[in-house]
Amino acid sequence: MTLSLNSVKRVAELAYIETNENEASAALTQLSGIFNLIEQMQEVDTTGVEPMSHAQDVSQRLRDDIVNESDQRELFQSIAPQVEEGLYLVPKVIE
Amino acid sequence: MFNASLKQLSTQLSEKKISSVELTEIFLKQLQKLNPSYNAFITVDEAMSLAQAKAADKKIAAGQAQPLTGIPIAQKDIFCTKGLLTTCGSKMLSNFVSPYDAGVIERFNQVGAVNIGKTNMDEFAMGSSNETSFYGPVRNPWDVAAVPGGSSGGSACAVAARMAPAATGTDTGGSIRQPAALCGISGIKPTYGLVSRYGMIAFASSLDQGGPMAKSAEDLALMLNVMVGFDGRDSTSLQRETEDYQHDLAKPLTGLRIGLPKEYFADGMSDDVAVATEAALEKYRQLGAKTVEVSLPNAHLSIPVYYVLAPAEASSNLSRFDGVRYGYRAKSYNDLDDMYRKSRAQGFGAEVKRRILIGTYVLSHGYYDAYYIKAQKIRRLIAQDFIDAYKQCDIIMGPTTPTVAFDLGEKNSDPIQMYLSDIYTSAASLAGLPGMSIPIGFGDKNRPIGLHVIGNYFTEAKMLNVAHQYQLETDWHLRSPQFD
Amino acid sequence: MQWEIVIGLEVHAQLSTQSKIFSGASTAYGATPNSQACAVDLALPGVLPVLNKGAVERAIKLGVAVGGKINSPSIFARKNYFYPDLPKGYQISQFELPVVDGGSLKIQVGETEKIVNLTRAHLEEDAGKSLHKDFHGMSGIDLNRAGTPLLEIVSEPDMRSSAEAVAYAKKLHSLVRWIGICDGNMQEGSFRCDANVSVRHKGTEKLGTRCEIKNLNSFRFMEKAIEYEARRQIEIIEDGGSIRQETRLYDADKNETRTMRSKEEAHDYRYFPDPDLLPLEISDEWINNLKATLPELPEARRDRYVATFDLSSYDAETLTSSRELADYFEAVVKQLPTQAKLCANWVMGEVSGRLNKEGIEITACPINPTQLAALLSRINDSTISGKAAKDVFNSMWSGEHAGDADAIIAAKGLKQMSDSGELEKLVDEVLSANAQQVADYRGGKQKAFNSLVGQVMKASRGKANPAQVNAILKQKLA
Repeated sequence: MTLSLNSVKRVAELAYIETNENEASAALTQLSGIFNLIEQMQEVDTTGVEPMSHAQDVSQRLRDDIVNESDQRELFQSIAPQVEEGLYLVPKVIE
Repeated sequence: MFNASLKQLSTQLSEKKISSVELTEIFLKQLQKLNPSYNAFITVDEAMSLAQAKAADKKIAAGQAQPLTGIPIAQKDIFCTKGLLTTCGSKMLSNFVSPYDAGVIERFNQVGAVNIGKTNMDEFAMGSSNETSFYGPVRNPWDVAAVPGGSSGGSACAVAARMAPAATGTDTGGSIRQPAALCGISGIKPTYGLVSRYGMIAFASSLDQGGPMAKSAEDLALMLNVMVGFDGRDSTSLQRETEDYQHDLAKPLTGLRIGLPKEYFADGMSDDVAVATEAALEKYRQLGAKTVEVSLPNAHLSIPVYYVLAPAEASSNLSRFDGVRYGYRAKSYNDLDDMYRKSRAQGFGAEVKRRILIGTYVLSHGYYDAYYIKAQKIRRLIAQDFIDAYKQCDIIMGPTTPTVAFDLGEKNSDPIQMYLSDIYTSAASLAGLPGMSIPIGFGDKNRPIGLHVIGNYFTEAKMLNVAHQYQLETDWHLRSPQFD
Repeated sequence: MQWEIVIGLEVHAQLSTQSKIFSGASTAYGATPNSQACAVDLALPGVLPVLNKGAVERAIKLGVAVGGKINSPSIFARKNYFYPDLPKGYQISQFELPVVDGGSLKIQVGETEKIVNLTRAHLEEDAGKSLHKDFHGMSGIDLNRAGTPLLEIVSEPDMRSSAEAVAYAKKLHSLVRWIGICDGNMQEGSFRCDANVSVRHKGTEKLGTRCEIKNLNSFRFMEKAIEYEARRQIEIIEDGGSIRQETRLYDADKNETRTMRSKEEAHDYRYFPDPDLLPLEISDEWINNLKATLPELPEARRDRYVATFDLSSYDAETLTSSRELADYFEAVVKQLPTQAKLCANWVMGEVSGRLNKEGIEITACPINPTQLAALLSRINDSTISGKAAKDVFNSMWSGEHAGDADAIIAAKGLKQMSDSGELEKLVDEVLSANAQQVADYRGGKQKAFNSLVGQVMKASRGKANPAQVNAILKQKLA
């Protein structure tokens, strides 16, 4: 398959990574190469094969419904870029 | 002292021949002397290390010493350490002082080990040469012109240059084994699920696994005894009976069936690596093992599959780095979206961005089945190949890397060449199998060569036994680079 | 040209667990900002989710209650998008294999019953809140709500009017409270409804383009919003325009829906199974154990009321509209087993009426079932007339004589005169005082009899038992 400059830009948008023309076209060349490598997968017939999303075939362990966390806001917000009145500040959110 | 095994150091400590504070000072001095030329550490906090050493000496005095009590350990900067800068090799976290300890760090603290510093690494563990670190490349102590491998290059260098007796690493597609091989040390990636991922900053959740890097298999066993264990905060952590990874070290290897995947011995491997590997196998035959040819028919697809699955998971795992709650936030921006886009564009390096783009693409509408699902299906085929192979052998061996360490800058411009340096290691990661690399000699430009040992699930003790028996007969693992 | 409105509902029910769905932080409402956002909720580097058993149990209970299929394994997936109230940059939700598939609810609009089918119910985590207050041009984010367990219950587009949509929403609202999985508090956002509305010409099969309306935080708003939206769409189409699929926000003050700007960019959520969470296995044994803990469900009670108390299906539906009301009713009937209809009328009439008027819940009713039963039994044994009973009810409500019906009857002297000797004396007086009417009656004028009854009642100041008066008169005039 062939990657287009627009699809690279679209993906950068989805990933929220600012990308200018030069970066986009540079990425296009590299990604195209990588996707040619990835294309090798298509040579294998995988009909009827169950996708493997976990390394171990085990099921989810469950936590009892117990509150075991205490308020650490001060500690957590000491590393925040911008806080006020205990809130994380971000540029205006428009709904 | 610098070549002493963990067991020897432990004995000297418990026999009060040396205190943990003295031992820590010795290694800190070595570190301060060598690190400027190798850049293996991102953060060193001598006061903290010495405080931990003092506490360890009290523990020892109180007769509560455990094997690693008071021994300095280098921690990969991917493990969150409370009150200490934890960068994951990225500008994005260049200001992140972790408010909590990773499960692995807690376990080292519990036994009273000393954290000697946080080691340099490829940014978010994405790289095979340590050149993607925001903190600059690590040098290979055997040859400063060469890369140490990655992503745990700082840890590999620290152990090889004897700046630390042992270190932690993490392995997603070869990040413990490849740098161990290129730096001439031993390293093991355990079966997926044995070492807690809690507080280990995620790259690809279904592949990431922490493990030790040290001089010898014997040392790896002591490290695994501390690192392995159930953690309820990690849903993928496995509940198993605790085992002593030393218990099989002494077993003879007579009758051991070593599987040699014909695909790994096909062309692609450089001559020096081929020669060293054959010599190592010959040594095993002398030790009573026999080699059988096995086949991993889908192994050649592990790189394509890996470069779909790992970036896919990474693209989502790294979405939390948005400049809102912690980490880097762009200085100037127009609005919310602009703040996100600029913070992420400026906070992430080129390789990380590249993989985020790949991952976002393969998960996006219309490509999910063709790439992501397809890759997961082949992942199962690759795992099945190993299950079949283990019907004919007890353990699998091959080269860890196709060549010795390459030069800095050699593969920067060509991501694919870089990716292919994990060609032998990524299959075991995809299958969730334990993999290990041990030094077996030197090749081109006198750079180290590693033997790749892949075990069946939960056979770490057997793997260490196999490595230990070899190390009893050889001294490659005791060689260290000469410093003036 | 006749239009048909097609409505499907998506309800987000906040599950009543103590801790969050993937962390041990508290879910208590109204805490100081970010004091209940732990490392996992904040998505610090390296943290991982572990699933809350209580959340899964509640999802299974709902599935059982609506007769849905419980999937095992059930899979958690990541829904990827950037928003400041979403710390991880993805929401852990379910895509393929939700906990519950299918199921249905029976609703009643007026006298007609209807089945609304459910598509699915899946577990997911709630997001935080961006506060409206302005911080020198910036917004403040509170992540206390982030990670609160939600059950998203999605219906098929089976509803055809705002009334049906409201009936369904109310039925579901009552059910989640009935089985104790959600407190149903709509003001606090514990039960949030989004409506997918489209219109089409009656008789056509194909669904029209739908719009999703958010922020329907009361049943009244839901009704108005759906009606407004349907009108809006019909007008557009009749003016030759076409509907754009979009998410719209209901503005209660203006009573209108408007486009949500932030939701406009075409999303690509890139769903994929969360590698940090393993497949959730739900054994039949677990399901059966939970089934055993469920109370008798509304449908079952409703049918039982019709069968054993022989109430109309409408009455039975009304009495089972909430578990508390049904329990109150049954507590009253328990003491007057033969008088179910009388009990039902009073619970639905006087009691419910007064509760609504004063805006209080049945659980806070000043008259308890025993006290009400005591009053009703006095009507039953004709100690007092129905009219007098209402006075007594009012006095009981205001707590006179500790709500003791008999004490109030005595105090107000409302007891019906049923001592026949006394009555005969009264009748004799009336007869002798009204010779003319006696003659008229004997002469065959029925009306005269009625006026005589009236006279006696009047003389007894209403306390005489009319039936008894009739009997005595008849016998005396025979």
